[in-house]
Amino acid sequence: MTDISLDTLTSSTAPARRDIGLRKRYAAERRFRLYGVLAIAVGLAFLAIMLTSIVTKGYTAFWQTTVTLPISFDAKIIDPDNKRATDPDVLITANYPKLAENALIEKLGIDPKDRATVRKLKGFLSEGSRVQLRAIVAADPSVIGTTRNVDILAAANMDSAYKGQIDLSVPESRRKVSDQQVEWMNKLKAEGAMSEHFNTGLFSFGASSRPESSGLGVAIIGSFFMMGIVLLLALPIGVAASIYLEEFAKKNRFTDLIEVNINNLAAVPSIVFGLLGLAVFINFLGLPRSASFVGGLVLTLMTLPTIIIATRAALAAVPPSIRSAALGLGASKMQMVFQHVLPLAAPGILTGTIIGLARALGETAPLLLIGMVAFVADYPKTPFDPATALPVQIYMWANEAERAFVERMSGAIIILLVFLMAMNIVAIVLRRRFERRW
Amino acid sequence: MSFLIVFAIVLAIGLAAFVIGRQRAVAQDDGTVKAHSRPHYHGWWAFLTGVVPAVIFLASWGVGANAYLNSFVHSALPADVADGTVAHEDLAAGLVKSLANGLGRLDDKERAALPSTFAELQPMLSAKGVALAPDTQDYMIPIAVEANRTSDRLSLISAIVSIGLALVGSVYGLSRISPRTRARNNVEKIMLWGLVGASTIAIVTTIGIVLSMLFQTIAFFEKVPPMSFFFGTVWDPRFAAAGSGGAEGQFGLIPLLAGTLYIAFVALLVAVPIGLMSAVYMSEYAAPRVRALVKPALELLAGIPTIVYGIFALVTLGPFLRDISAALAGGTPFIQAQSILTAGLVMGVMLIPVVSSLSDDIITAVPRALRDGSLGLGATRSETIKRVVLPAALPGIVGAILLTASRAIGETMIVVLAAGVAANLTLNPFEAMTTITVKIVNQLTGDLEFNTPQTLVAFALGITLFALTLVMNIVALYIVRKYREQYE
Repeated sequence: MTDISLDTLTSSTAPARRDIGLRKRYAAERRFRLYGVLAIAVGLAFLAIMLTSIVTKGYTAFWQTTVTLPISFDAKIIDPDNKRATDPDVLITANYPKLAENALIEKLGIDPKDRATVRKLKGFLSEGSRVQLRAIVAADPSVIGTTRNVDILAAANMDSAYKGQIDLSVPESRRKVSDQQVEWMNKLKAEGAMSEHFNTGLFSFGASSRPESSGLGVAIIGSFFMMGIVLLLALPIGVAASIYLEEFAKKNRFTDLIEVNINNLAAVPSIVFGLLGLAVFINFLGLPRSASFVGGLVLTLMTLPTIIIATRAALAAVPPSIRSAALGLGASKMQMVFQHVLPLAAPGILTGTIIGLARALGETAPLLLIGMVAFVADYPKTPFDPATALPVQIYMWANEAERAFVERMSGAIIILLVFLMAMNIVAIVLRRRFERRW
Repeated sequence: MSFLIVFAIVLAIGLAAFVIGRQRAVAQDDGTVKAHSRPHYHGWWAFLTGVVPAVIFLASWGVGANAYLNSFVHSALPADVADGTVAHEDLAAGLVKSLANGLGRLDDKERAALPSTFAELQPMLSAKGVALAPDTQDYMIPIAVEANRTSDRLSLISAIVSIGLALVGSVYGLSRISPRTRARNNVEKIMLWGLVGASTIAIVTTIGIVLSMLFQTIAFFEKVPPMSFFFGTVWDPRFAAAGSGGAEGQFGLIPLLAGTLYIAFVALLVAVPIGLMSAVYMSEYAAPRVRALVKPALELLAGIPTIVYGIFALVTLGPFLRDISAALAGGTPFIQAQSILTAGLVMGVMLIPVVSSLSDDIITAVPRALRDGSLGLGATRSETIKRVVLPAALPGIVGAILLTASRAIGETMIVVLAAGVAANLTLNPFEAMTTITVKIVNQLTGDLEFNTPQTLVAFALGITLFALTLVMNIVALYIVRKYREQYE
């Protein structure tokens, strides 16, 4: 064995490669990949920007500034003529804001005769104190004549100032909070009388023209009614329709027509369903406007195609061997479907239903047309009472001018998104948990 | 008696029949004759014979009684109102109906001593929480009382008949129970009819949509000629005060249609390249782990309600673009806060997941063999995608884009909040334009008087929108389906 010395090899250099444009082609390849990454990045970035902008605008809505005041329920103010025993209207129409104002005057140590200073108190406490104090007196009339500590809502502008959302360096005349009010605010804050609490009112109040006393109570109940109606109607009807189409229907003109209709209805603009609801349910059948029942019917029609498509996919995924086994043991076709195929398809059906419900919950446009853009202050007791819905309430707040409504609106969006997220997560968990691969 | 109580009673009778029928079937099965059906089928059959006829009667009677009451109120109105315009008569009939509704909430004692003038009646009703329109007239009170009496009578008849039907039906069903009765077949036959009925709801809905809009549109075209609607270039509906005879407005579709298409076009310019590229990357390049993470995140975009996009455009993006343009132009902004650009951009982002999930399906449906062939010949991945996969998937992608375009045309909340309400005809994407859906919402929200051209036009717009999207959907679904078959 002899070593081959290096210089005996004639040539170790590779032949010059032909230029077939590889470098260019690889560059094009890299560019193409980059476009893909960019596209996804744009989508995700937009999602991130949108969510951050809403959360940063809205998270403060979950806190509300209140002023704790020792309210003395003075009979002279509530019932100056002392006839509340005979005339119950007295307790309803009494000048409750005056009680709150007096308490505040005392707390701040202002001279009640100093009219000019007292006037500056206007806009410090919420006008909602009327409702709040009235409720206390109505619940327990014996409170009259005594003194009790009550958390009174601060007015929207004071609430914003307390949260530091109002730029105090702007000249006094150009902002909504006067220097005097800020001074009082800081005083009350130092004494611990003015503080922020978790805003339960956002979830419980009805419609109001004042931001601080308006909330989602009516909208949440309305949305809840509508979801119930959609679930009660769309799920059984959708499942029945899918069973017929998937298990019983022969392929003919009629079933073809149904299929085309279902696929088309899934793509019809939602506002068209609103027109249908207005023309048929309200004008023709005479159902009440603004009622969550009508909203539920409209959303049912909208959700049906989603549920049908999901259910058919779930039914089709059940292997034919199950069917053959059931039939072979002597089950009728109906028994085979309801006792064997349907239970196996249930997780898929449930997932589809939840996703359909989530879409219905966020739907706004058809509800505007059937009059759910209504100022409803009282809780609806039945689905036939006027109500609003979560997204409609958001839309109504978007049309308000005051900045405090923007905060509430963003807070409402957060609540809506949390609801939707929860529903989608339930759907995903259900699918993971119960899905069977055949 | 209220409808719901009657329904509950009928249901209770049916359930009783079920229990009794089941027990009878069990009792009859003494082992000598082989029973045809299991006992609960006999129970269900008795339930169905009791409940089904009664419920059908109840529902049809309810609809009929409603129509009868309507015509009763209309005929009872005094001649001078009935002779007036249709709108006026409908208004009066509506007032009578809400009055009758309010009277229903009074208790018996108050109803016995009913005042004859509305001025006295109103405080009584408002004490019960019934708010009535102030232009309710005195003559309407007796009509409302009579309407209530008729309605009570009608619902009493319906209650008696439907409960009777339920009883007779259940007894009939129970009397037929014997071991050889084919109860299971009977029950299953009715179930099958139920299934068929449920599946026809899709057709009924479509017919309902078309008919409801068609009637109102015809009523609209009686007042405004179709030519000036479809080819008019001015939109100026001029809301008239109720009952003033109605000032004529101009209802030109062209500016709305132009705005709709323009905004949809801008949206597609954003959505199609981004959506398509992300679908390509997702299906051809992304590692499974990246895909499992990014795909749900993009689907999150699809799950966000459109009102949220609209608010984002209104509160954040619109003012942002305006301020940027003001800074660029040095003072006066050239992009308005509500503009085609803002609405189109946001709508485009909303449509990204639609495009990407539709085209993802289509791209993955392209057979592996086509890709392998191209790669084997030495093409790079991007060349394979550009020259083999995308051309093969092209028909499907066109279908997907059509479906997306139909979504863009029918989208409402984003444009309501971000596109503006002024009906312009402009080519400048920085100005505001309005769309068909915005105008439907505008014409139909708030207090409205039906049967004026101002509200009826919404249905003409609606049917135009429906026809437009219907054609696009059918073509798109046809293409997508045909394409899918090609590779299956």
